[in-house]
Amino acid sequence: MKVGVVTFPGSLDDVDAQRAVRIGGNEAVALWHGDADLKGVDAVILPGGFSYGDYLRCGAISRFAPVMTEVIAKAQQGMPVLGICNGFQILCESHLLPGALIRNHHRKFVCRDQLLRIENNRTPWTSAYDQGQEIRIVLKNGEGGFVADAATLARIEGEGQVVARYLEMNPNGSLNDIAGLTNERGNVVGLMPHPEHAVEELTGSGLDGLGFFTSLVERSFA
Amino acid sequence: MADSAPAPSRPALDTVAVATGDPEREQPWADLGLKTDEYDRIKEILGRRPTSSELAMYSVMWSEHCSYKSSKVHLKQFGEIPQVTPIGPMLAGIGENAGVLDIGQGYAVSFKVESHNHPSYVEPYQGAATGIGGIVRDIIAMGARPVAVMDPLRFGPLDADDTHRVLPGIVAGVGGYGNCLGLPNIGGEAVFDETYLGNPLVNALCVGVLRHEDLHLANATGKGNLVILYGARTGGDGIGGVSVLASETFDADGPAKRPAVQVGDPFMEKLLIECTLELFAAHVVAGIQDLGGAGLSCATSELASAGDGGMHVHLDKVPLRDSTLSPEEILMSESQERMMAVVEPANVDAFLAICAKWDVEAAVIGEVTDTGRLEIDWHGQRVVDVPPGTVAHEGPVYNRPFARPDWQDALQADKAEALARPTTGEELKATLLQLVASPNLCDKSWITDQYDRYVQGNTVLAQPSDSGMIRVDEESNLGVAVATDCNGRFAKLDPYAGAQLALSEAYRNVATGGAMPLAVSDCLNFGSPEDPDVMWQFAEACRGLKDACLELGIPVTGGNVSLYNQTGETAILPTPVVAVLGVIDDVRRRTPSSFQAAGEQIVLLGTTREELSGSEWANVVHGHLGGLPPQVDLDAERNLARLLKDLVGVATSAHDLSDGGLAQTLAEGAMVSGIGATVTLEGDAFVALFTESVARAVITVEDVDIEELRALCARHDVPMTELGTTGGDALVVEGQFDVAVADLRDAWTATLPAALG
Repeated sequence: MKVGVVTFPGSLDDVDAQRAVRIGGNEAVALWHGDADLKGVDAVILPGGFSYGDYLRCGAISRFAPVMTEVIAKAQQGMPVLGICNGFQILCESHLLPGALIRNHHRKFVCRDQLLRIENNRTPWTSAYDQGQEIRIVLKNGEGGFVADAATLARIEGEGQVVARYLEMNPNGSLNDIAGLTNERGNVVGLMPHPEHAVEELTGSGLDGLGFFTSLVERSFA
Repeated sequence: MADSAPAPSRPALDTVAVATGDPEREQPWADLGLKTDEYDRIKEILGRRPTSSELAMYSVMWSEHCSYKSSKVHLKQFGEIPQVTPIGPMLAGIGENAGVLDIGQGYAVSFKVESHNHPSYVEPYQGAATGIGGIVRDIIAMGARPVAVMDPLRFGPLDADDTHRVLPGIVAGVGGYGNCLGLPNIGGEAVFDETYLGNPLVNALCVGVLRHEDLHLANATGKGNLVILYGARTGGDGIGGVSVLASETFDADGPAKRPAVQVGDPFMEKLLIECTLELFAAHVVAGIQDLGGAGLSCATSELASAGDGGMHVHLDKVPLRDSTLSPEEILMSESQERMMAVVEPANVDAFLAICAKWDVEAAVIGEVTDTGRLEIDWHGQRVVDVPPGTVAHEGPVYNRPFARPDWQDALQADKAEALARPTTGEELKATLLQLVASPNLCDKSWITDQYDRYVQGNTVLAQPSDSGMIRVDEESNLGVAVATDCNGRFAKLDPYAGAQLALSEAYRNVATGGAMPLAVSDCLNFGSPEDPDVMWQFAEACRGLKDACLELGIPVTGGNVSLYNQTGETAILPTPVVAVLGVIDDVRRRTPSSFQAAGEQIVLLGTTREELSGSEWANVVHGHLGGLPPQVDLDAERNLARLLKDLVGVATSAHDLSDGGLAQTLAEGAMVSGIGATVTLEGDAFVALFTESVARAVITVEDVDIEELRALCARHDVPMTELGTTGGDALVVEGQFDVAVADLRDAWTATLPAALG
């Protein structure tokens, strides 16, 4: 599959996401924020970073990038989209995912190897995992606290839209320990931790993140 | 003149014509930090009084920070070290923005460590943030892609109120800026001592990678080439930061010039990195210079004097954040995230298009000339007309008086070896628990967890490993390792030996990871050069470092000096931070620092002596600093490094011995991995555990014929001692004590969160 990785001004983990796509057995295609052209990709990753410096609300400016018009349209038609960290924030700002991400409750940036439980393996990004599988991958964020109003939260939980949950400790104050989320259709996934930093033994926190990049091969979403 | 009369609220423009016609005008040279003889020298160079713009330029460029006027006579000895690393000649050495060395396979590396101490005391967050920004621009100016940063930090006592003001801000600033740039922070130091109270040290190191053919040296050659300023707009921040902040001792009332600290914009810097590397790749840059201390004054004069002619600048073309800035302020502004390039006329359109792609503002502000003069105009009127070299390189040079302090003998006579020691096993255990929890030896995760160590996906080793290691090539697995070290307590006891011990430790830390040490960058942090005691410390440290580099055969590639780190009469511990960079052919074969598995044999490499003066034990248990530091043994360091290289793939882990001695090394091996150990110590158990003799490391091996290992050690002339085995959930010292790894870990990890929240 061809997987596009969007570079916004201030994207940082775009190269890492491309590498992870390749290691996962897919073709990585670089997409530029200013081009409203998805180059025929089958799926899109919005990578981590500090797009536009995160000086305004995280993701609030990137959401208006020309490429996002296309991403939003395709996502609504069912194309798999994964937003990692800043990408998750952009997906929330784009209203492809519910809720919002706010400053960590302890008000510090945090970088650690975080234990998660996969709560939903029925998405195109998590199908390589077992339901309930525990994985340890890198978490690094300053504004990763997931919030939503009570009704939204109840709906997310009720519909099984929580994709991953923090275990052992909650690193940023996310409600219900939510680390990752999918939309109602199940094709758009936002994840605060960074699976692309857990795809090689040599670097990062092991191999537990690889499933996010191999799931696409194992199931096809025409 | 009449048709361009300045606004009524401003003083009349001081042009070259005005200066010539009004030679006796009073000028605020003293307020700008210039001495009488320096002002006289400027008048002698120009044959008239300087204009106010010229005065601004000379004052910032001749400040201690920019001109190295007190340190130059001592620094020049680093030039005596052959500019050759163990694997080949340097590609660029001292004098460039940053040194560049060959690491093989067509790759080169640029690295440098710099200080941002004074601004970080005044405004911790922005001071530390812009320290990262400055060193990163030095690296991209060489054409290198930054791949990692590291931060050696020094603070006052952990329980001091001001430390609680300064430390969280500095750490957040280092993280806030570096994280937003996408540069992994792979290590550094955090050391606490009362002399740093009011004088915190923020040193910042950056490593960049380039292909040999992409090396770019800063100069402005070629008449008619255009001078382009790009990046952030110029504002009023940091004006006079160099002369006023970095070159004056804080008096006890604290600094009065707060606005002189710059404000960083890491997003702009990230764009600047990508934009600059794309400009290089497109071959549209003839010369380049970053704007750091002294801003445009520095960039224009250095670029022009490094070229072959002159430069003509239209200062009113500089994009401004604040339209009311005067030409003097524009020349002195230290606004961050700016670069200056020299571009051939045919390439200007392509240059500007790349800047536009990255949303980076760019303006043509001048051109290269063959006049030999730096000429700067303000709305058509000449405000600067100087020989650029006199601004950039011909500042004053001081041979400051220095003398061995009269207290040095008494300090060295007060040996820690005479202090009361723990005698029973229980006392040794209590000492170990006290030391692992002490501020200098405790777990630094509270700090390092605020830094992104993973971004770019090439981090092979990071804190708490002995060195940070980065993969350079994903196909060949070529990599580099970097470590920074300095024990200021050793340097206080003997600055010559102290600098050598800093080098020894950094060199060893690169070697334990399996890399070959290649080159040095240094950041020399000292008190006031006007104090002969401090100047002696500085001179001795320089001499010690030079001699040790000659001995080890590794060059100093560049660095930075920070003086005036003192409050009132109290100077900081002399702190010559030494960074060593090494190369490793295959990062997959690196040696980790912590224990890897149970049931492995633990072996101590090197010679242990009774050397307790300056040790962490003396510091923590007795609050004592006196005696002589551990004996320097550079031959033993080199032998150990060669042995460790031969042990790559044989040793399953290797960890150096330094602060806290064998006790700390064994404890860290266990605490990081959760794997215990049982060891038997020969001789005095206290000395074996807590002495800080150098040129030592602990390795673990699995399924190795001990006699073969012994033969290999003998071949490298490194003594080896079998200590015991890994395993269990306790650290057991036979016949003395055992302590649960969990208890050690609790003590080790509790200190910083308890103090800092």
